[in-house]
Amino acid sequence: MGYFKLGKMTLKSLFKKPETLRYPYETRPSVDDLKGHIENDIIECTLCGICAKRCPTGCIEVDKAAESWTIDPFDCIQCRTCVRECPQNCLTMMPDYRKPATSKVVSITTKPEPTEEEKAEMARKEEERAARIKAAMEAKAAREKAKQEAADKAE
Amino acid sequence: MGKAQVLPFGPQHPVLPEPLHLDLVVEDETVVDVLPQIGFIHRGLEKLVETRDIHQYIYVAERICGICAFGHSYGYAETVERLMDVEIPPRAQYLRSIMHELSRIHSHLLWMGLAADAFGFESLFMHCWRLRERILDIFEAVAGGRVILSYTLIGGVTKDIDAPMLQAIKDKLNSIKKEYQEICNAFLKDTSVKNRLVGVGYISPEDAVQYGMVGPFARASNLNNDVRCLGLGAYGDLADFQPILSTDGDCYGRVQVRAEEVLQSISIIEELIDKIPDGDFYVPVKGAPAAGSEACSILEQPRGEVYYYCSGNGTKNLERMRIRTPTTQNIAGMTMALKGCDLADVNMIVLTIDPCISCTER
Repeated sequence: MGYFKLGKMTLKSLFKKPETLRYPYETRPSVDDLKGHIENDIIECTLCGICAKRCPTGCIEVDKAAESWTIDPFDCIQCRTCVRECPQNCLTMMPDYRKPATSKVVSITTKPEPTEEEKAEMARKEEERAARIKAAMEAKAAREKAKQEAADKAE
Repeated sequence: MGKAQVLPFGPQHPVLPEPLHLDLVVEDETVVDVLPQIGFIHRGLEKLVETRDIHQYIYVAERICGICAFGHSYGYAETVERLMDVEIPPRAQYLRSIMHELSRIHSHLLWMGLAADAFGFESLFMHCWRLRERILDIFEAVAGGRVILSYTLIGGVTKDIDAPMLQAIKDKLNSIKKEYQEICNAFLKDTSVKNRLVGVGYISPEDAVQYGMVGPFARASNLNNDVRCLGLGAYGDLADFQPILSTDGDCYGRVQVRAEEVLQSISIIEELIDKIPDGDFYVPVKGAPAAGSEACSILEQPRGEVYYYCSGNGTKNLERMRIRTPTTQNIAGMTMALKGCDLADVNMIVLTIDPCISCTER
């Protein structure tokens, strides 16, 4: 029993540095695994849309036609589900918070315009693909023809 | 004796962290009857199981209440795992229990700060919340968030805590313990605190049983209903678990139970860290709960026993989810404790049940 049981601690804290920070002039150093905000490495992204499907708040939109990946940072709850589910591992949780904003804006990431080399590579791949399809179609037609002939012979 | 008058208390009141409305019938300075009213922050979270799948709902469950955020995700995940007959790895059980006990420390420290603020001991309030920051720092380092952790998954946890990190948690808790004992001393031994708390809002053990009280509120009336005694999950591996009881039944008893539970939680965490087994921390859970399946589980949260019920309908969404939270149980006890008290003691009694209205209304 008695008074001033907290006296020692209170007196000690008179000579200590304040526990608080003068935010926004000072900020705390962020830990490595802090759930700050999501960033997408759009070069690696295949726009498969799994992140949008798994997101519990539906804050991600994937537009395949426009080749864009959109996140609404005000709806994102930093649960890291998209990062965990991404098959390409192109999503990263950055360990720093976004700055306060005065208006609600979504963050859109679009695939960059391909360079001449990339365009040539894509055209070559497209040609190869067309050739493969053509060869497969021809092979299929030949197989069917042979089958038909065999059936006719049997009759 | 004066004429009876009705005095509204809340929903906006400096002592209330959340909106609760009480109609106090007072005669002179004495409260003779109380009529509680809730319904200011109902968000329809139980209904959301119909539009969010079982894995997505874990983040909704977490947002039922800010302070017991981890507890709700833990309880919900455990119920769904029972519904789908999933056995989670022992390491995940331990990690969940460690985080749950850490959140109990943070919840109790928050409440002790609020209680100190309510009886006008500002510096005690500041010191409680300063210590609470240390626990939030542990959460930040482990899960990446300070209050809403998103740490639980159906089938385990999102991330392992490695041995150096576990040791760091232990060291941090040790340093907290020293400072906390000083705070505890102020709470339990200071005459000015005792003058304000002893004999206020008395509930007898018989009444505690009759009103169905749970958690520290009931344990202060010498009623043992600590769910951790059942030894579910990692709690079963504790060498010796004795719930903290008090025979006082008044506001001082409730402060005492919570103050001692913080020290108990620290020793539980230390024991679990020493005993933690190696192995996986997550098993992937595929598929959906079968149609007509039902499961329930109970959990001891900082405020008391929580009951979860889930039923499946063969799809990814649950048919029904229901939570019975501790404050729902304790409101009856609170109105009984308020009857016959002084008007000036109302805020202290309301606060000592640790009301969590967000949980209650969901």
